[in-house]
Formats: sequence, C-alpha cells, structure tokens
Amino acid sequence: MLENTDKLDALIQKYQGQEGILIPLLQEAQELYGHINKELMLYLSAKTEIPAAEIFGVATFYSMFKLKAQGRHVIKICKGTACHVSDVDSIKFALIEQLKLRPGEDTTSDMRFTLVEVACLGCCSLAPVIMIDDKTYGKLAPEDIVGILANYS
Amino acid sequence: MRAITVKVGLASCGIAAGADAVYRRLESYLIESSKMVQLKRTGCIGMCFEEPIVEFDGGDLGRVTLGKVEPKQIIHLLEEYLSDRMPKTNLILADQHDAKHNPLMASQMRIVLKNCGVIDPQSIEEYEETGGYQALKQALSMRPYAVIDLVKASGLRGRGGAGFPTGLKWDFAFEQPGPKKYVICNADEGDPGAFMDRSLLEGDPHRIIEGMLIGAYAMGADEGYIYCRAEYPLAIKHLRIAIQAAIEKNYLGPNIMGTDFSFTLHIKEGAGAFVCGEETALMHSIEGLRGMPTLRPPYPAESGLWGKPTNINNVETWANVPWIILNGPQAFRAIGTQQSPGTKVFALAGKVVGSGLIEVPMGISIRDIIYKVGGGIKDGKKFKAIQLGGPSGGCIPEELLDTTVDYDSINATGAIMGSGGMVVMDEDTCMVDVAKYFLHFTQNESCGKCTFCRIGTRRMLEILDRISQGKGETEDIQRLQELAQNINQGSLCGLGQSAPNPVITTLRYFRDEYEAHIVEKKCPTQVCVDLLTYTIDKDKCMGCHVCALRCPVKCISGKRKQPHVIDPAMCIKCDSCYKSCRFDAVVKA
Ligand SMILES: Cc1cc2nc3c(=O)[nH]c(=O)nc-3n(C[C@H](O)[C@H](O)[C@H](O)COP(=O)(O)O)c2cc1C
Repeated sequence: MLENTDKLDALIQKYQGQEGILIPLLQEAQELYGHINKELMLYLSAKTEIPAAEIFGVATFYSMFKLKAQGRHVIKICKGTACHVSDVDSIKFALIEQLKLRPGEDTTSDMRFTLVEVACLGCCSLAPVIMIDDKTYGKLAPEDIVGILANYS
Repeated sequence: MRAITVKVGLASCGIAAGADAVYRRLESYLIESSKMVQLKRTGCIGMCFEEPIVEFDGGDLGRVTLGKVEPKQIIHLLEEYLSDRMPKTNLILADQHDAKHNPLMASQMRIVLKNCGVIDPQSIEEYEETGGYQALKQALSMRPYAVIDLVKASGLRGRGGAGFPTGLKWDFAFEQPGPKKYVICNADEGDPGAFMDRSLLEGDPHRIIEGMLIGAYAMGADEGYIYCRAEYPLAIKHLRIAIQAAIEKNYLGPNIMGTDFSFTLHIKEGAGAFVCGEETALMHSIEGLRGMPTLRPPYPAESGLWGKPTNINNVETWANVPWIILNGPQAFRAIGTQQSPGTKVFALAGKVVGSGLIEVPMGISIRDIIYKVGGGIKDGKKFKAIQLGGPSGGCIPEELLDTTVDYDSINATGAIMGSGGMVVMDEDTCMVDVAKYFLHFTQNESCGKCTFCRIGTRRMLEILDRISQGKGETEDIQRLQELAQNINQGSLCGLGQSAPNPVITTLRYFRDEYEAHIVEKKCPTQVCVDLLTYTIDKDKCMGCHVCALRCPVKCISGKRKQPHVIDPAMCIKCDSCYKSCRFDAVVKA
C-alpha cells in the first residue's frame, strides 16, 4: 500500500472535477514520489475513478513519466541533430564507462546517477551537450566527464 | 549624464554558457560600487556561438556588444566602457563600427525577433514601450471579420511547417457556430535541432499572447491554451509571469480594455512525446489522453478541443500577427516573395561558424544564410549538406545551395521548410549515418497507431543498420525506396507520411555514399565504426605502449620499444589508441 498520502490527497482534491487533469496530476504525483509505480496508479485510479488502464496507458505513452526509481542525479544526453553530428556518442560512451553501466542499465547500483537520452535540449550552438539535473554542460569532450561527475554525490 | 545600461542575455543557451555567473558578478559589483548603471536581463540576442553576451549602452561609445564574456573579465570591460575606452577584447559589434556593414546583421531582418535580446521579457512595461498591445487595441476597434481579411491579405502562412495560409484557417474557425471556441498555440517544438520557438517564448512572451488575443477576438474564441514542451522550463516561467502581468493590466480576463471581449489563457506542459506536436494529438494530450493523432476531417476548426471549434497555430505564426496589424498587409507583403511573404526565423546549428537564432526575409538563398549570416563552415572544412525540417525534412546538397528560402522552392528539393531547424553538415558527416539517425528518431517516436509507420520505419532502420555495418546488399536501395513509398501512403499523420524523407533525399543526392557502404564496404567519412579497421604502422610505432595502456579491452600487444599489434578480433573500435598515439602510427581505414 502507498504510504504518506496526505500531499497526494491534497493534489487530487485540487484537480477534482476538472477536465483533462490526468497528465498534470501524474506530473505532480511524480514530483512527490520520484516515479510512478503500480501502487500509485491504482491509488490514483481509486480516488479519481479514472480506469487504471487509462492511467497506465498515459504513463507509458509520455517519456517524462518514470515507472522505475531514478538515481539522485539525472544525466540527460542530448540526441539532437547538432549534437549527433558533433559526436555526442563519444560523450555517451565516456559516461557509460565512468558510471560502469552494463547494457540495458540506466541507473547506477548506488542510485547516484540515472543516464537518459533526450530528443533535443535546444542549446544547439553548444553541441555536444549534456544536462545534469538543471545544469547544462556544453562543448564537451570525453575527457571532461570525470571532472564533471565529481561535482555530484 | 545619460543612464548607462548593461544587458545580459539570459536565455537558456546563455545560461548554459555561464551568463548567470556574469550577471551575478555584475550585480554584486554594482551594489558595492553604487555606480549609476542599470543592469538588465534580456532574452536570446541570437549569436549563440558568442554566448555569454553582454551589451553596454548609453555611454559616449554608443552601443557595444561583447561576446564570450567570463565573470572575471566583466568588471574590467565595464570600467573601460565607463571611461569611454572601447574594450579591446571580446568585442562583437559596436555602433561605431557600424552594425549595418556586419554581414551577419545586414542580411537579417527582424520583425518577429524585434524585441528578442532587446527588452526584458519579464517586464510588460518594456513590451508596452516598444508598441506592445497597441495592435490588440487597434484590432479591438475593428470588426472581427475585418481582422481576418487583413491577415488573409497579408498572405501569412503557418510557420509550424506546412505553410498553410493563416487567414484561410481563421476564416474556417470564424464560420463555425459558437459560442464556445478555442485557440491554441503550438509550442511543442519537438524537431531536434530547432530552438526558435523556445527563444521567442523566453525572449518576448507578450508578443505571442498578443497574437493569440487578436486571433481569438477575430474568430470569436474566449479561451486559449499554450501547449509548451516541459523541457523548456524558462519559457514556461516567462509565460506565467507574462500572463499574470497581462491579467493585471486587463489585457487578459473579462472585458478586455473595456470591450465586450473576454479571454482566458492557460499553459499546458507537454510530457515528452514528439507526436504531440501534431495538432490532433496535441489536443488529445490537452484532454489528458494519450497523444495519438486522429483522422482529419473533421478538422480542428469543426471539431477540435473537447469537440469544439478550435484554431491552432505555431508560436512564430502568432508572433507575426501584431506586426501585421500595426504595419498593414502591404508592408508585410513587401518582405519576402509573392507566395511566401514575410520573414522566417531559423535555428542555425551544426558545422557552421556562427550558429544561432536568425531571422531572414523569405527569398534569401540558402547559400547566403550559410556564408553571409552564418559566416561559413567551421574549421575551414568543406560543406556537404544542410538539413532542413528535422525528421520530416531532408538534406540539401551543395549543387542546390542557390535554392531560395520559400515554401515552394524548398519543397521542390524534397526537403521541407519545416519549423526552422537548419543543421549544417560538413565533409566529416556520413549521410547514411544521418539518415539512420533520423529514422531512429521517428521509429522511436511513432505512436504505433498505423502499421506502416510503426513497423515500416523499423524495417527501414534495420536495413540502414545493416548497410552501416557493411552487411548491405545492392537490392537494399530498392527495398528502402519501396518501403518509403508505402509508409508515406499508409500513414495517417505527418509523422509517418514524412518519416522516409531523410532517407529519400540522401538517396537522391548522396547515392554514392550508400553504394560505398554496400559495394566497397567502406564508410567514406569513417563515421560508421563497424566498417573501420584499426592497424598499427610498424615503421612508425615507437613501442611506447601508451595505446596498449589506454585500450579498454586490452587487445594491443607488443614489447616496449618494439612495434605493437592490434588483435582485430577483439578490437571494439573505440578510437582510444588512435587518439592517444603521438606518432601517427595507428591507422584507421
Ligand atoms: C509529427 C508532427 C509534429 C509536429 N510538431 C509541430 C511542432 O512542434 N510545432 C508546430 O508548430 N507544429 C508542429 N506540427 C504541425 C502541426 O500539426 C500544425 O500543422 C501546426 O501547429 C499548425 O500551425 P501553423 O498553421 O501556424 O503552422 C507537427 C506535425 C506533425 C505531423
């Protein structure tokens, strides 16, 4: 069962009776819990009377919703066109090597980092670019990665 | 003494380059020194390659723009300016050097971006001082249909990609029975390599709100949505501030400026799905559903958001509207070409010297954009292609560089105008890899509704993967062409219909590169790693062992001071040995 639901209940209350609430509700619920798991979906469904299947459908459709727990810091690798032609893949390989991620893994075993690819961060003149939490790092070379990661615990 | 102003460009890309540190340094210095200097924040100045950018104005030297400014330099630069000495470093533009003769500025024409990088986007007063909300006032004094006539006469075409005439679209929505109608601003900007809409929303949010208000009045809508990507937090913040300020000044809300017209505006954050830029998918997403496109007709004008008549336009389209109302359709038609009047904003990026946000009159040649506005190709390399329109667009080769920028000429090349992403590629870019890159994108973003889009793009991607691994067959080109045609015809929305474009255009203009991969099993630009082999030239190798230490899979062996060898069976082609060799002894071919 889901615990500490006070804030969540207040959130549901706020949206009660409005149209088109599911996406903002999930966005804010994710902010509270870090990710959206099955319990959370079932709880939301029971409270809002939106079918759980619909909630699952929406949560899996949009890349912003995370169904698994994320690391303390999220590293976004920009996969925009300008970054691609500026060899952002070499940055990605450097990150994977430093974080010791195995194929198919995106989060380090100590939950320090989660590594994701995103469509385009829109800072194309700084390519290649990554973003860690809210900070953007541009004009990167693979050698820069060790030093950057050291700033995060 | 006139007031001296210092402006710091604080759009996302400026902040990413470190502009907020420069701003904070200035702020604390000005508090300490109590100098009569006004510190201001502004949006994207456009020359992103020069970020962080600071502008001084009001002194005897006139306006001076500085680039690549570091926090530790800024105080010195400001003191120079205050003592009327032209800063010697970091200078990009100065009134005294005459901006008109700077090719970067001279080929541009700023009507949509007029305020971007000039005013403080968080201040409604600064927007008003530049004539802001005057167009709304004027429109409210006209009959609604007269406003539509005016937009029709201007020839404005939708800037979201397809170029549909805006006035005509407004007319459809006008014709629909009310009372409930919606207007929507499409700020989903999903194309990789595009950041025009983000810069506009961050740098001049009131212009978009004013455009929407004018449209809503003309069509009879009383409620609107701005659907913005959640990846643009600063744009959303500036929009929220702008909406609040507009409500306080009675530009939004009930009985706007004392008239019968009332309008409520909401912001909806996207949740990360490229297909939601498509108008029907976008509306489903606002409704809280999965963002899957539906068949048109019915068009949004007939049955849109929650089944009500809805008009949806792109950010830049809305941003053109206030200018057209104030300056009239003739003035707008005087810019650009007969069929494509006005200007277009582009995000110029990739292997070009001056990457950034530019606005040019329609009808300019692509060559002029790259070489005059963009300053040519980076690092003295050779131009290969320019990509327009992102995953729905295509690559234009050297021989078509004189193509002019207008909807019809660009469509004729097989590319599309798109929303404004322009990525320049040089001799080091592999065109098979580029096609693969875009197909990987569309394949990933296909919502899965149509079989051809869902499975067809995957089959195309598999073929491209095979080709880039040296396992391609001559028949593959034919297979790609057939699939492309079927996907185009068998998909419901623009995502699938245009997904094959990057492959079709690269096949048309760079077929030799495909053939090199398929027949000779070589990637001419050495991008496709599977086609590379690494060897060590035993005459050059000094046996320093550095490469063997760097090799992550330990496939390099040899005694010290003797030539080393790479075991090709174990080599993962990571390029570390190539990069680490100081004697050019590692050969990749
Ligand atoms: C897959 C797909 C993605 C789209 N993405 C966008 C987008 O990010 N921004 C946009 O303005 N239009 C986008 N469009 C076009 C919209 O469907 C629509 O045509 C446009 O918003 C109309 O505005 P306009 O007439 O002002 O150009 C997209 C279309 C498709 C098929």
